[in-house]
Amino acid sequence: MIDKTQTGKTFPPLSVEVEKGRLRFFAKAIGETNPVYVDEAVAKAAGYRSLPVPPTFLLSLEMERPDLSGWLNEVGLDLAKILHGEQSFEYHLPACAGDVLTFESRIGDMWDKKDGALEFVVKETRVTNQEGRHVADLRSVIIQRNR
Amino acid sequence: MSLSYEDIEVGQLLPQLELAPISRTTLALFAGASGDHNPIHIDLDFARKAGMPDVFAHGMLSMAYLGRMLTNWVPQDRLRSFSVRFTGITQLGHVPICSGRVIEKFERGGERLVKLEIEAKNQYGEGKIVGDATVAL
Repeated sequence: MIDKTQTGKTFPPLSVEVEKGRLRFFAKAIGETNPVYVDEAVAKAAGYRSLPVPPTFLLSLEMERPDLSGWLNEVGLDLAKILHGEQSFEYHLPACAGDVLTFESRIGDMWDKKDGALEFVVKETRVTNQEGRHVADLRSVIIQRNR
Repeated sequence: MSLSYEDIEVGQLLPQLELAPISRTTLALFAGASGDHNPIHIDLDFARKAGMPDVFAHGMLSMAYLGRMLTNWVPQDRLRSFSVRFTGITQLGHVPICSGRVIEKFERGGERLVKLEIEAKNQYGEGKIVGDATVAL
């Protein structure tokens, strides 16, 4: 069962350095064929400082949080029962390899449907870079199915 | 080869992206590369214990494929928003097919923007993701 008293809970800020090797591994895993994501010379020629962080990878960086299942447990979510319901990204500034990004997350709304058979938890994350500039906003909706 | 706002028409389709069938290897690689280590996607024993017939794909894998389609169409620094709802589970053997369509052209904050409706289906036409994205041109 989700614990609705956790609404508004914030997490300690997490700072992560964006590494080229991780970006290349991600590109491989998703079958990326655009060289801008693996070849730094191509990325620079396209105007990026280094390899760009692909659109969904910001969420992967946020998962660097130590003890990922810890926060799930704290709000009453169980890895075996959850599904990703929604995900959105608002982009304000490009992020590239070499950047140090800071993720500040909080639990937003929590609600349930069908007498608790389905539970919903929103997590919102603000991302800033090493210059303190606003890079992106992330919003995830996690669904828990209780049988 | 860059797109211009003037040339874009509402209703215009993005080039589709069709992927290889999802395999256990795809999921193992994506688990490692994405940092999502939830065993439900990679460990058959865990998945069965959780009441699933088998492991299944990460929703974020299909969203990453949609991202590939978008950044094939415009350079990534033009992407302003990218938002989806996961509507179905992608199983092993499913072939993700990503598509998109221009639904609106508008100006906001001094930028000329194009809004896209995007979706991912499998080879049987079953919907897996619906969403939208906004790009500046």
